[in-house]
Amino acid sequence: MSNPRDILGPQRFSQSHAAPKLIPPNASVTKRYFIRVVTGVTSLLTGMRVTIGKFFDPRTTVTQQYPENRDELKMAERFRGRVVMPHDADGEHNCTGCTLCEKACPNGSISVLNTKHASGRKILGKYIYRLDSCTLCNLCIEACPFGAIEMGTEFELATTRKEGLVEILNKKAGRL
Amino acid sequence: MEREQHIEVRPPSAGGNTEEYWLNMGPQHPATHGVLHLIVRLDGETVREVKPELGYIHRSVEKMAENLTLLQNIHLTDRLDYLSCHMNNHAVCMVAEQACDIGVPERAEYIRVIVSELQRIQSHLLWWGAFAMDIGALSAFLYGFAEREKITDIFERLCGARLTMNYFRPGGVAQDLYDGFEQDARQACSDILYALDEYQRLVTGNLIFQERTRGVGILSRDKAIGYGCSGGTARASGLDYDVRRDDPYGIYDRFSFDVPVATAGDCYARYEVRMEEMRQSVQIIEQALKDLPVGPIQAKAKPVLKIPKGLQVFRQVETARGSFAMTAIGDGTATPLRVSYRSPGFMHVAALHEMSAGFKIADLITILGSLDPVIPDIDR
Amino acid sequence: MSEPAVPSALEPASATETVAAPTSAIADWIRDLCGDQEWLAWVVITLIGLGALAALASVSAMVLVWMERKVSAHMQLRLGPMRTGWHGALQPMADGLKLLFKEGLLPRTTDLFSYLLAPFIPMATALLALAVIPFSETWQLADPELGIIYVAALSGMSVFAILIGSWGSNNKYSLLGGMRAAAQALSYEISLLLVLMTAVLMSGETAMQAIVQSQEGYFWNWWLIRAPGVGFIAFIAFIISATAELNRAPFDFAESESELTGGFHTEYAGMAFAMFFLAEYVHLLVAACLGAVLFLGGYLPPVPALAFIPGPVWLLVKAFGLVFLFMWFRWTFPRLRIDQLLNLEWKFLMPVALLNLLAAGALRGWGWL
Repeated sequence: MSNPRDILGPQRFSQSHAAPKLIPPNASVTKRYFIRVVTGVTSLLTGMRVTIGKFFDPRTTVTQQYPENRDELKMAERFRGRVVMPHDADGEHNCTGCTLCEKACPNGSISVLNTKHASGRKILGKYIYRLDSCTLCNLCIEACPFGAIEMGTEFELATTRKEGLVEILNKKAGRL
Repeated sequence: MEREQHIEVRPPSAGGNTEEYWLNMGPQHPATHGVLHLIVRLDGETVREVKPELGYIHRSVEKMAENLTLLQNIHLTDRLDYLSCHMNNHAVCMVAEQACDIGVPERAEYIRVIVSELQRIQSHLLWWGAFAMDIGALSAFLYGFAEREKITDIFERLCGARLTMNYFRPGGVAQDLYDGFEQDARQACSDILYALDEYQRLVTGNLIFQERTRGVGILSRDKAIGYGCSGGTARASGLDYDVRRDDPYGIYDRFSFDVPVATAGDCYARYEVRMEEMRQSVQIIEQALKDLPVGPIQAKAKPVLKIPKGLQVFRQVETARGSFAMTAIGDGTATPLRVSYRSPGFMHVAALHEMSAGFKIADLITILGSLDPVIPDIDR
Repeated sequence: MSEPAVPSALEPASATETVAAPTSAIADWIRDLCGDQEWLAWVVITLIGLGALAALASVSAMVLVWMERKVSAHMQLRLGPMRTGWHGALQPMADGLKLLFKEGLLPRTTDLFSYLLAPFIPMATALLALAVIPFSETWQLADPELGIIYVAALSGMSVFAILIGSWGSNNKYSLLGGMRAAAQALSYEISLLLVLMTAVLMSGETAMQAIVQSQEGYFWNWWLIRAPGVGFIAFIAFIISATAELNRAPFDFAESESELTGGFHTEYAGMAFAMFFLAEYVHLLVAACLGAVLFLGGYLPPVPALAFIPGPVWLLVKAFGLVFLFMWFRWTFPRLRIDQLLNLEWKFLMPVALLNLLAAGALRGWGWL
């Protein structure tokens, strides 16, 4: 079978999706010209049918009216918003101050400052988290053996205050 | 000078009355897909010379990599070619697995293939939209994005992020598939096939599009090899090479798929090759979903991965743009001594002058779009 | 608005006759008021007409801007402006207000005179062309004998704005855009004129009002349908060359955003940009009205039974239909390359238009029209 393409050579994949080419290889210049005009105009009209279809079909609209739909806008369960430290009803958390998350962090966004408990053992003093340098890579959460930190599903993280980007995650010092 | 034979309308000779001039295209320019700076020597509308100027978003990723562990390096490769971050992650993971002798569970291998191919489709959809927009079809850009959004949503549900996924881990993947992933992936595949038919009607068959892309920006097979092109760009020039088939990694040797190759080497050939790649990716995903085994998703690995002293590991993967490779040399500590990335886009931009000299300035934009450049990939 | 030049431009076609055309009640009332002093009546009527024209131009430009945004949005799976008023109906106002308060940038290296002159030209030519569009038997500001030639001359002038502005901007992107626009306008002017001549041949008239009157009756009397084949081909050629004349996609070379970052208006900001922007839409309306007048029966209803709906409504319905067509083109097609554009004109459109003109002449000569 002769190749209908003018420029392209043989191809290894099927041409079912390629543009239909009606130009016979041995057609005269005039015939080529007219076939090109006809196929060209047909192709333009086909394209116009696609856009008008979208124009009259409201189901194709993908825009969401964002601030209005805030209530029904739920992020995925695994969404990585920011690092949060869940506290239970007594205001306690699971962090032991082992600094595994600090070591796992690729860009030093976590600083674990430990203090001494009255008994002389080390406990968590301050858990400093810097959202400004955090890349939300999830490595700290994976490193934590106690499930003390997790990723929040909050996504509106933009702020106008630089200070709000550095925060202390624990509300209380750690337990023994 | 032989490439000027491809010009349909020959420009008036530059010797007589015309004066050549330089034009700075970028770093702020709507068609350079970021901060690529092209210094173009023009004769009227005709491009005589193109000099890509890089460095606007250089982040010293290779130097940073020397100070991070392999596990931490994974999230850094998300930020190279952000449209193929799963594939980039795959390269790092394979380096770690080879260096530390970690096996990967079956299920994890299948998941890796599925998400890699989904991302290849996602990347090509964005490229399709951007390429059509470079040529002037503005609606196509939005269509491509709307379709891409479906896959992005799957990724968000799967690994929690939409762009910088950080999903692969040495010895497996970070999290198991969520409930309903298979159904979502199948739905996305059938949506893509439907959308591709629509794209065919809207753009591929369009007379103006064909006029703009056929015979434009021709890169011969020899030049493609000479410049180190890979991926769709090289395959459109007749170089029949695909890392997935010719240097199989993961479990790619288990799937049957075609590697589309065209010989023309022009923008239309690059377009067709990439469009066909999407269909082939759908085939791979369907095969992988059918065989997806149940089991663990991560092998037990040592907490700190060390590349043995003096060991050099090289692994390459096929990203959406071409072959991405990582070389790491170990010094026995947790951080590698030296890391080097081979990014496909860098070579393609190097070949830009070869392709576009002698064509019009509008063709330069077309050619640049057909190369599918991602600037952070070119400029690391 | 700055149209003091309008009366002088109309003068060649005998001033008193020209203004006598809108014989509406208001004009008669003003003439009565002024009594003997006919020059005063002439001045007052002209000023009122110009005010109405300017109002029509700015309102329709706003409507068209809104329409463009909504049409493009719905074709692109979006909603477009939704917050300012009902479905963003006040968005053009907000845009205009924003542009008004923006700083008028004056780059240091510009050629000041031409840089500042350019934004006023397209609006002036658009308003001048709008003056001869007949909205009904009486609603027409001027009906010069050679109305169609007058419109063609004005459409040729609008390219000067782009050329002057792009030269004055002293920017390489602007200059490339301007040079493209010049090449494009020079070429497409020819086929546009050939199409206009076809319409003139078909109807045997050169005044706009007379061309509309020649299509009296049912819709099969419109030149699109009445002249077998010839009218249709002329209409298609008109649409193509008008799109090119308007610098709209797929022929938006002067702007070509993805290549030239904005083309001729790269260096314009604030109100100067707004003038270009709004004039583009007034030109769009003029071209659509022209198409409706020449081929779709102007203000005439498709069937005489519908004559109770006033003429201006019919004209605007037809014109907005054509505007929708232009927008549909813009949001569907990729842009051509400049050499392909010229190929299309010289190797396809002009021969077709020329043959079509000959065919129209033959039909006329054999008395089939």
